[in-house]
Parts: sequence; structure tokens; C-alpha cells
Amino acid sequence: MKVRGAVALAVAPLLMGQAKPASKPVLVPDVSQRQIEIAYSFTGADLLLFGAILYPGGRLPDDDAPTDIVVVVKGPTQSILVREKEKIAGIWVNASRLRYRSAPSFYGMVSSRPIDQVVDGRTRAIYELGLDSLQLSPASSAAQDEQDRFARGLVDLKRRSGLYYEQPNAVEISDGVLYRARVNIPARVPVGRFTAETFLIRDRHVLAVATRDIDIRKSGFERFVARSAQRSSIAYGLVAVALSVLFGWGAGYIARRV
Amino acid sequence: MDLYLPIANMSVNGLVIVALGLFVGLLSGMFGVGGGFLTTPLLIIYGIPPTVAAASSASQVTGASVSGVFAHLQRRGVDFQMGGLMVAGGFVGSGVGAWIFRILQRTGQIDTVIAVIYVLMLGWIGSTMARESIQYILAARGGAPPPARKRRHHPLVAALPLRMRFYRSGLYISPLAPLLLGFGVGILTILLGVGGGFILVPAMIYLLGMATQVVVGTSLFQTLFVTAWATMVHATTTKAVDIVLAVLLLIGSVTGAQLGARFAARVKPEYLRLALAVLVLLVGLRIAIGLGWRPDEIYSVELS
Repeated sequence: MKVRGAVALAVAPLLMGQAKPASKPVLVPDVSQRQIEIAYSFTGADLLLFGAILYPGGRLPDDDAPTDIVVVVKGPTQSILVREKEKIAGIWVNASRLRYRSAPSFYGMVSSRPIDQVVDGRTRAIYELGLDSLQLSPASSAAQDEQDRFARGLVDLKRRSGLYYEQPNAVEISDGVLYRARVNIPARVPVGRFTAETFLIRDRHVLAVATRDIDIRKSGFERFVARSAQRSSIAYGLVAVALSVLFGWGAGYIARRV
Repeated sequence: MDLYLPIANMSVNGLVIVALGLFVGLLSGMFGVGGGFLTTPLLIIYGIPPTVAAASSASQVTGASVSGVFAHLQRRGVDFQMGGLMVAGGFVGSGVGAWIFRILQRTGQIDTVIAVIYVLMLGWIGSTMARESIQYILAARGGAPPPARKRRHHPLVAALPLRMRFYRSGLYISPLAPLLLGFGVGILTILLGVGGGFILVPAMIYLLGMATQVVVGTSLFQTLFVTAWATMVHATTTKAVDIVLAVLLLIGSVTGAQLGARFAARVKPEYLRLALAVLVLLVGLRIAIGLGWRPDEIYSVELS
């Protein structure tokens, strides 16, 4: 409610047409959930990203250039090793590999129009807009074509598991000032701090950027299990063994009775 | 029924996992094998990360073997002397297995090595069992009394020094033989995430020449301890044991094991053995094809 109030307050001057001394538009973004708790029935989450575009003077620009909103949600970066299989002596084995120091564990981009119609390649590379513009920072100095091949393989693999995706025409802009976008977070994401960046783009220029953080963490029993496995691993292992002995013995006991 | 697995970091359909456990449990009750050789590959096909699959299916095998061991204890079907030596060998072997696992993991060849070992082991065991049981069935059909298989140990086993008596197994062999066998199976337990029953049972019959009435019980006894140990090794090193996944598998497999055991009592053992041989050969064939086939995923990602 507090958030709604803030948006209403921020939009108020715009609606009343009061002049404000600013030369560039400002974004007032918000997220439906600042925190996502992973519990036993977690199958992913639908994030609603919405907000308002505040134009200086409260007047919408009167030219015909389209206004676009692009929202990028990124998961915590991971250091990963990508391996490539090759057929050697009749069987497929892992042959070459490439390490990446910081690849996002999740990358979801939604935009109001296909991204290549919104900005040019250079801007996309600067702001990492789109799956082919990700800065994956390989840790070795592999040849360019090899780097490209691995990057394509990685993006393709992540895309098919739902961890990387881009969705054009998925941001709704109403009356030129309010926008709304939906981003799906699959269950497979790692826990940690996610960032949602919102870009206001007009005439191929990024006019405003605003960022919101989203914390994804395990809660309740899931949190307890994950923490015990890490911190008291011997007790955890003993419990796992005890459980399996108990189950096996219990089933045998019941079966003899029935 | 969607359930989130806290260690595997993904949500699964709980009923599918229970059904998978039930299927494997049925087989393990029918054939007296743990079933790990099926659980791990099936979990990987479902999308569970391979390390989590191997680490968690070990505890499922423990559960499946517990009830079997109790049943066999009542029938005096466990040779503790022989079993104890195999367990001792198995503990050492799993330590060596963990070391080999790390080396192979670093070079990225672990999957290929696992698949090749599977093909070789399953091919050898499956064909040996199939040949024996077909011979037996054909002889029985022909009306002739089934050929009494000469129970004797492999010449290599006979060559080992320091012989001692194993009364329940009816053997006079060197204790080094079960120690080495346990050692080898211990390595495989860690590498393949399996109990090793499907290797141990034929090895005890064809290599050691043990009395058949104690073979399954003793194998389950060894499997129980070595898989419990493997769960501990995974819990403390890879930290990949998913207790929720393990419980789901256990619910299915212990139920299946009891049903399978009842079914097995009504079927002729030689047909059961032939069916197991066919199953083993099919799994081996599937993996062999997978090695030469162009895989769906050329690229694979791991955290580093």
C-alpha cells in the first residue's frame, strides 16, 4: 500500500499538470514482490513490473516518435564452465571447454516492441539488451569464433531450460505514462539477489533507467534443509541414512503384518 | 503434486518420483538387486542434476536393502564373515572411488567413463545370466533333469593365498577374494551411484562360487552398509544429498520392494533370472547407443 501511495504521489503532479524543472523524463518503477520466498510448493513466480513515466512539465512529448519500455530481470552471476561434446573414436565425449567468470544465472527481457526495432546494436551491447548482447566475459583468451560458438551454445541451453528468454510485445503502455510487464521466474533459479532494470527508450535513445532489487530465498523447511546440508553435513547425512533404514524396516514390518 | 527439492533447486512432480521409486522397488524386490543402476539414469533423464541424482539414489538403495536383509536374516541367509570382509573392502573402495570421481570430474570425462563402465558391466553380466538361464530352461523343457551347475570358484580366486573356511557359504577360499570384490564394488558404488548388487550377485555366484541360498542376503548386507557409507561420503563432500528427493524415492521403493518380493515367490527363479538378464542387456544397449548417437545437448554447464 505504501508503494501504491508513493506512485500516486509521484504521478499526482503529472496529472495536475504542474510544471517541474527537469529536462529528462523520470521512471517510477515498482515490482509486485520485493521478496520471493521458496517454499515446498514453489513452481516459479510471476513478477509484475509496473510503474509510471514522468515527463518534465507533465506534458507528453508531442512528436510522433514511439516510446518504448524494456524490462530486464537478471539473476545473480555465476562462475561457470561450459563443455562442448565432440565425436571422438565413435563416441561423444566432452572435448573443449570455456570458463565464464560471471554469467547471469537468469536473464529475462520483456519489451514493448522487438528489441532490434527499439535500439541499435551499440546501445544493446552497452546495456546488455537481448540474449545476443550479453557480456559473458570468458576467462580465457579463446579465438573469437570459438567464443561465439560457446556463447551461442550456452544461451541456447539456458533458453531451452527457461532460464534465459526474451519476449517482445510483452510490455503494455497505457496512455503513454503507465506501463506494466510480466516476467516469469522459473523454479530452477538459484537463490540470491535479482535486479530488475527498467529502460525508457525514445527515438533509439535510452532516456531513463531505474533499478529495483528482488530477493529470492528459501523459507521455512526448505531453508532449514538447505542450511543443514551445508552447515551440519554429518548430522544431515546421519539423518538421511536413519530415514532410509527406518523406511525400509517399517515397510518390512507392515508387510509382515498385512 | 508439485514439490520443491531444496538441494536440487528445482520443483518436481512428487507423484512421478514416487512412481519411479515404486517401479525400481518392484524390480529390486523381484530380483534382489538394489535398483540404483536404474534410479540414477532415470532421475537424470527426468532433469535432476547428475550429482544430486547419484547422491540421493544411494539412500534409496539403503532403504530397499534394509527390508531385504531382515527377511534374509530370518532365513539365516546372510554370511556375516563373508559380508563383513566385503563391507571392509567396500569402505576402502569407496574412498578410492571418491578420489577417482574428483579427477574425472575435473577433466570433464566422468559421464563418458560412467557410461562406458555401465556398458561393459551390464553387457558382461547380462549375457552371462541370459546364457545360463536359457540353457537351464531349455534343459528343463526337454524333460531332462536340469544340469546341476558345478559350483566352484574361479581359478584366479583359488590362486590367492591364506585360505580360510566360510561355513555358511560352504567355501574354503582366501579372505582376500571377498575383500577385493568389495573393494571393486565400493569404487563402482561411488562412481555410478549404485549399490552394486547387480554386479555383486553374479560375481559371488560365478567368481566365488558361493552357496546360492546366502548369495542374495549377503549381497544385500554389503549393499546396506556401503550405500549408507556412500550417503555419508556424499553428504559431507559433495553436499548433494536431497533428503526430500530421497524420501519420495523411499516411499515408492520400499512399497515396491515388498510387492516385488511377493510376486517373486510365485515365479520360477530361472524365468526371473532370464527377465533380469534381458532388462540388464536392454539398459546396457540403451547406454551404448547413447554413446554413439549425437546427443541432444552438445553443450553442458557446470558451476565452477
